[in-house]
Amino acid sequence: MLSELTLTVLRLGLLVLLWMFVFAVVGVLRGDLYGTRVDRRGSSHTPARGNPQIPPPAEGRRARPPKPPRGARKGPTRLVVTAGPLSGTTLPLRAAGTLVGRSPECALVLDDDYASGRHARIYQTDDGTWMLEDLRSTNGTYLGSTRITEPREVAAGSVLRIGQTMLELQR
Amino acid sequence: MSIVSSVAPRSGRTTELILLLGAVGIVGLAYVNLGLATTGSIPPGFAALGLGYLGVALAFHVVLRWKARYADPLLLPIVTLLNGLGLVMIHRIDIARGRDITDGVALRQLMWSALAVAIATAVLFVVRDHRILRRYTWIAGAAGFVLLLLPLMPVIGNSEFGSRIWIRLGPLSFQPGEVAKLLLAVFFAGYLVQTRDALSVAGRKILGLTLPRARDLGPILIAWLASLGVLVFERDLGSSLLFFGLFVAMLYVATERVSWIAIGLTLFVAGAYLAYLMFGHVQTRVLLWLHTFSPDALETSDQLAKGLMGMAAGGMVGTGLGRGRPDLTYLAESDFIIPSFGEELGMIGLFAILVLYVLLVERGLRTSLGTRDGFGKLLAAGLSFSLALQCFVVVGGVTRVIPLTGLTAPFLSSGGSSLLANWTLVAILLRISDHARRPLPDERQQAAVGEAATQVVKVR
Repeated sequence: MLSELTLTVLRLGLLVLLWMFVFAVVGVLRGDLYGTRVDRRGSSHTPARGNPQIPPPAEGRRARPPKPPRGARKGPTRLVVTAGPLSGTTLPLRAAGTLVGRSPECALVLDDDYASGRHARIYQTDDGTWMLEDLRSTNGTYLGSTRITEPREVAAGSVLRIGQTMLELQR
Repeated sequence: MSIVSSVAPRSGRTTELILLLGAVGIVGLAYVNLGLATTGSIPPGFAALGLGYLGVALAFHVVLRWKARYADPLLLPIVTLLNGLGLVMIHRIDIARGRDITDGVALRQLMWSALAVAIATAVLFVVRDHRILRRYTWIAGAAGFVLLLLPLMPVIGNSEFGSRIWIRLGPLSFQPGEVAKLLLAVFFAGYLVQTRDALSVAGRKILGLTLPRARDLGPILIAWLASLGVLVFERDLGSSLLFFGLFVAMLYVATERVSWIAIGLTLFVAGAYLAYLMFGHVQTRVLLWLHTFSPDALETSDQLAKGLMGMAAGGMVGTGLGRGRPDLTYLAESDFIIPSFGEELGMIGLFAILVLYVLLVERGLRTSLGTRDGFGKLLAAGLSFSLALQCFVVVGGVTRVIPLTGLTAPFLSSGGSSLLANWTLVAILLRISDHARRPLPDERQQAAVGEAATQVVKVR
């Protein structure tokens, strides 16, 4: 003869199993962010974010490593936005040129009121050096703290400012 | 401050298999529990029925592995569990009403489930890409409205329980509204993907709401009239709410404009209030809703009151399967299956079921977010919203949140047409999610193809 105890265990066990199933499904959901992987970047790359509006001018100089001998080190491979509306964005550099600005045709489309439509370009010359060129922008392109007037050489670690956006070249 | 990069998606078929075995196991345990509680022994046909159900579920799983490798791994286990729990509860009501398994409703429901799974797999075979459904936008719309109006036809239309939503052909009776739900979702998705720009951009702004132009209002007015027609002539408040809600929700998804929801709600409330003033059966429903325990209402129908009493008797952990009296409520195996679960599994069990519904809808909406084409997005969002709305109407009806209307709880309630339609709905969602989760073709390969010089025109 079946005891009441067995039945009680069965019916409570059924409820427990039901909820275990629900939690198993939720567990699968947790790993559901398929297609993308989000990596937190180390704090070493993050500049002081006290006031991203006016980046301290000394920052660029301090962050810039000593200039590498030409050809001895591999050049930069990606452009990282370190401060400003798009901060955290990363995009790979292309040898043919990476266009930065507000216009949708740019590779990096800035959401920055102080940037021009086609603001600046980063490209690689035939001998492998990377150059930064200002495309006659209204508010200028800064390499470190100096406004550039003609194409200038850049390397991994160079810090640029376009409008309110700080960019860093990284290897 | 983070880098978002893409990883190769996993198909998740093995996860699905494990969860599927768990779901069938839970259903089996519920069946054993029921047998032990009612007769004191494990029911005789347990092995055959359990293996049969497992076989049906595994067959669907194999078809998914074969035809839709990247389909969402959670939809099938959830639906299998819900359908199985419904079968056990229907069998339980059969026992209480003194029906054997051979002549009970449960066996018929099991056969309908198998047929529904067969049709769902057929849908997966035939519809290789959900976008081909877009070609049948207007056909689906016309067919949907015809199906909606079919119960009004003189010979085949059939009135049961005060609602004229059945058609009867010989011994078979069918509720065409359930299938119309699918067809209309296809129609709305196809129509809105074409016209959403006109619907969302044009119009003038009044009091912060951007009102659409009068000519763009046409479709919503037609949908409103059709749903009111269903309400008035078929006396079916639930389906009417379902169709109109589906259309307004899909309009909102397509246009992102809150004004459509405001207009839709206003229209529906106005229409429902007019119907309340004009028709006796709507007044009865409202009386039963607001004054369930008044002598007047109990004289008309004590169904809702008994359902509530049943849930109260179940309490937190329930009486246990086979130990309550859900059969006291009229229609305990279809419209009132939710109170039956509330009584025997308690609030804890009922909430597990509700969470399963929530997860099912979430998977549908996630599919909608993930898919890349506008038609698929709208269709997935509409189908999952219709599931959610149907659950709301059913559960809200039996718990006195809204007036009680005759809709079936998806996958749980007894009823072949509902099962067929909802399994097909899941099959379409699986097809869309397969598309959404399928990895993109390798970009480098594409680039290599793009750079290769053609034979005829030399680039360099």
